[in-house]
Amino acid sequence: MSDVEIIGTPERRVTRRTFIMGVIATGATTSSVGYLFRGSKPLLGATAVQGSVERLVTLSVNGQQRRVDVLKQETLAMTLRYKLGLTGTKLGCDRAECGACTVLIDGVPSYACSVLTQTVRGQEITTIEGLESADGTLHPVQQAVMDEGGFQCAFCAPGFIMSMVAMVEANPTPTKEEAAHALSGNLCRCADYNKILTSAMRAAEYSRQQA
Amino acid sequence: MAEKLVGQDIAPPDLRAKITGRAKYAEDFRVDGMLFAKLLLSPMPHCRVRRIDASAALAMDGVFGILTADDVPAVDAPGEACLTNEPHYEGEPILAVAAVDETTAADAIEAIKIDFEPLPFVLNPLDSLRPNGPNARLDGNTRVGREIATIKWTEEDFANAPEGTMPMGEAGAEWNVGDVEAGFAAADLIIDETMTHQSLTHHPLEPRSTMAYWQNGKLFMHTSTQSLARTRAAVAGRLSMDIEDVVLVGEFCGGGFGSKISGSTHMIIPAVLSQKINRPVMMRINRYEETYIGRARPGFQAQIKIGFRADGRITAMDMYILNDGGPYGGSGDNMSAGSTASLTYTPLNQRHRGVGVYTNTPPKAAQRGPGGAQIIGMLEPLMDKAARELGIDRLEIRRINAPDPDVAYGPRGSTLTSVFVKEAIDKGAEMFGWDDRIARSGERNGSKVTGIGMGVSPYTAGSSGFDGLLVIRADGRVYIHQGIGNLGTHSIADTARAAADVLGVVWEDVEVVWGDSSKHVPWSSVQAGSQTTFAHTRANHAVGTAAKRLLQEIAARDLGGSPGDYDTADGRVFRRSSPSTGMSFARAATRAMELGGRYSGEEVDDDLNDMTKAAAAGLAGQGLVAAAKDNYPREGGVQSWVVGFAEVELDVETGVVDVVHYTAVSDCGTILHPRSLGGQIFGGSIQGMGIARSQKWVFDPVWGVSFAKRLYTARPPGMLDVPIDMQWAAVEIPDPQSPVGAKGIGEPCVGAGSAALTSAIADALGGKCLCRTPLTADVLLAEIEGRPPAYGPLDLHV
Repeated sequence: MSDVEIIGTPERRVTRRTFIMGVIATGATTSSVGYLFRGSKPLLGATAVQGSVERLVTLSVNGQQRRVDVLKQETLAMTLRYKLGLTGTKLGCDRAECGACTVLIDGVPSYACSVLTQTVRGQEITTIEGLESADGTLHPVQQAVMDEGGFQCAFCAPGFIMSMVAMVEANPTPTKEEAAHALSGNLCRCADYNKILTSAMRAAEYSRQQA
Repeated sequence: MAEKLVGQDIAPPDLRAKITGRAKYAEDFRVDGMLFAKLLLSPMPHCRVRRIDASAALAMDGVFGILTADDVPAVDAPGEACLTNEPHYEGEPILAVAAVDETTAADAIEAIKIDFEPLPFVLNPLDSLRPNGPNARLDGNTRVGREIATIKWTEEDFANAPEGTMPMGEAGAEWNVGDVEAGFAAADLIIDETMTHQSLTHHPLEPRSTMAYWQNGKLFMHTSTQSLARTRAAVAGRLSMDIEDVVLVGEFCGGGFGSKISGSTHMIIPAVLSQKINRPVMMRINRYEETYIGRARPGFQAQIKIGFRADGRITAMDMYILNDGGPYGGSGDNMSAGSTASLTYTPLNQRHRGVGVYTNTPPKAAQRGPGGAQIIGMLEPLMDKAARELGIDRLEIRRINAPDPDVAYGPRGSTLTSVFVKEAIDKGAEMFGWDDRIARSGERNGSKVTGIGMGVSPYTAGSSGFDGLLVIRADGRVYIHQGIGNLGTHSIADTARAAADVLGVVWEDVEVVWGDSSKHVPWSSVQAGSQTTFAHTRANHAVGTAAKRLLQEIAARDLGGSPGDYDTADGRVFRRSSPSTGMSFARAATRAMELGGRYSGEEVDDDLNDMTKAAAAGLAGQGLVAAAKDNYPREGGVQSWVVGFAEVELDVETGVVDVVHYTAVSDCGTILHPRSLGGQIFGGSIQGMGIARSQKWVFDPVWGVSFAKRLYTARPPGMLDVPIDMQWAAVEIPDPQSPVGAKGIGEPCVGAGSAALTSAIADALGGKCLCRTPLTADVLLAEIEGRPPAYGPLDLHV
């Protein structure tokens, strides 16, 4: 093992260099690994580096106006998690396969890992953190999940709950089959589907009571 | 007197955090100056790194450092290091780079030039056993005993195998019970099949991300693990550190299924990298990387021969199973399959042979019911075949061969604490309506044919000898400390109920403390092998009993009489003969602090593990502190059972299988938490259905690289793949060797779900066992349409 030759020592220069080179490098990277992000300056305590062309945008998240610097290629999931501190939105696959990152955009459930942040300016974004009232009252869907004993590992829970919120809004009287279809864009690897479906039916019931 | 907590539906204490987004999983933590690591993964299935040129990468702005195999602790062969200069599978981590953000780290990875020397590789066990077949490792292709060895079968071995059957040469391991040849001689029916079971990735929804930093010589690690106390020990061991210098935080784990029992292999990367560059490091693992490093269940290539008497009793079972071992071993599924079969069918004579062969595929580890889930899914359709040929009811043939509580099974005649599988079969048959449904077997409705199946599946369900630790504080509440993990089974809360019930407190007066080693947690079992329910209801029962004794002593000391005159309930210790004489737990806790010594944790029993002693010392003086080891007697192993029943509809025009109904009944002793038990039974069963129907690996045989790198290609079951109509029950007979009576449940569900489907699908095909999994639509259609099979009988990773 030790006979491997390793060349190079780290340089810690944080000055902005060859802009053009950086754009090329970023472009090449984005094509092969499109799930990447750049962190914000305050979080990482370092000056932004090559290829970072951040642009200040205003997002409407959970009823608040949030101003944030975003990259062109930045996904909403990354903005929420790494720049706005909203880590309730989970990344399970980075590529629209599992639904753990589901948020509502103008009430429509969307995979935040596959939405570019700059495309949702002016739209109302709701994340799992936005459901509970300021006084601690749970959203009827959350209360339903609570009363049914919820999930297992629950890494999928924020995404499922956002899909349930959209479901009860669109169809407050679903059959079990309809509920299953409404939630079929979310994956639960603990396969706690039976309990999730029971929770969804109860969520619909609570929502009807409230309406 | 408070109502007993064991047996009630109580939402776990962490649920609110989980459903409001406040629950912090490993990747949700941030610390000042945190950098991000990216891994460079091997592009080849087996190669040697000759030269690494990282100069361009390290000159990039924002790049802080690199970690290579030379920087990390060496591991003895055939063990797995976290980084390597001789990758043994496509996707194996070679080095890591830390940078200000993930994009920069990935840019740096792309800028690194590596000179690779390709080495021979092999993807499936049989190919490595051929006379001139390649080895996955330079030092051998298997392990015999503890030694790395090379086994090659002869040309004759291969020539002797009839077309389409598995050759059987020298075995790496073998055991015999009775005389298998005599058993076959006594048989009226012999079934002899060549079978293949796929390998499949665990794919917990949360990838194994870890963030690490160092402060004052201590390592702080936020990680995703199934176990807490034991992962801390594993990390300390890998880094040759004093365990007290590792602070491990793992309050939430987004699933593991055996892949994160300690999961310590790759946790070391951010730990060592952080130490090297003196900055906190977050290593976010994404799904693509998780597919490679996230562990997998080993596939089998097998020849299985079973002899039956006319009355259905199995006279002989002879299995030869090759294990797709991956490059580092890490599983003995092919051998545990033998003992699971011995327990399930109690053959009068048995021979079990196997070779665990190293392959250049992602590393293997225990996956929920390791070995058991595979073999039950493979054997149950063969039981059906025998039943049909002998004219015996398919349920009855399982019952005829099922064990009684006094069973002695496997190579060493192992015994068990309890076995109530026949009760589970009977209860399940009634709930499922076996007689009515089986009458509809083969019924055709349009293009759909009904199939009925069942699977009887045992697996390990407990261990013993671990520690319990609790504190009754001056607020009168009971703080139960748990060193197990929190991977979604709710055991952190449910096993704590055993202590609360001994003390007679209501759940609102109980606080569960878990998930952070700095909060002082006791030595615990790994949260795997379904051990925790049995092990930690016992340990918590022991510590509840110890705490009660201290309360009784304090009361007797202050209020007169002897300790035995006192009882506890509703947050008080009181005199049995005059319940108004007594004191609150709050008062008793204050007295314990005044008395000190063994009342407040300054002195603890010597038989406790050092981790528990250190935890007790950390809590000493904060209230009434009780610590106790589970010294309850136990004779024999612990196994639980799940019997699964399925009705399916097979569409003969499309090959698609619809699971119409599923019933499962468990023998898992006393029920701790009914709703959670149902979740485990259904969830595990559905994972089994994924094995039977869809999940698989596909490898390019020429280049040795994977085509199934993501969830949509690996195809775990989604909500529309499972029946809406499901029911569960348990026989609810307490295990006599636990004061609580509860056994674990996680493992056996998987084999039940898989086997119920392999059995039901064979039934829908008119009793034809296709002898491979997964039974995807292309495999089924080829059979239905009378075309040649989609794959050869021993083809793996296709």
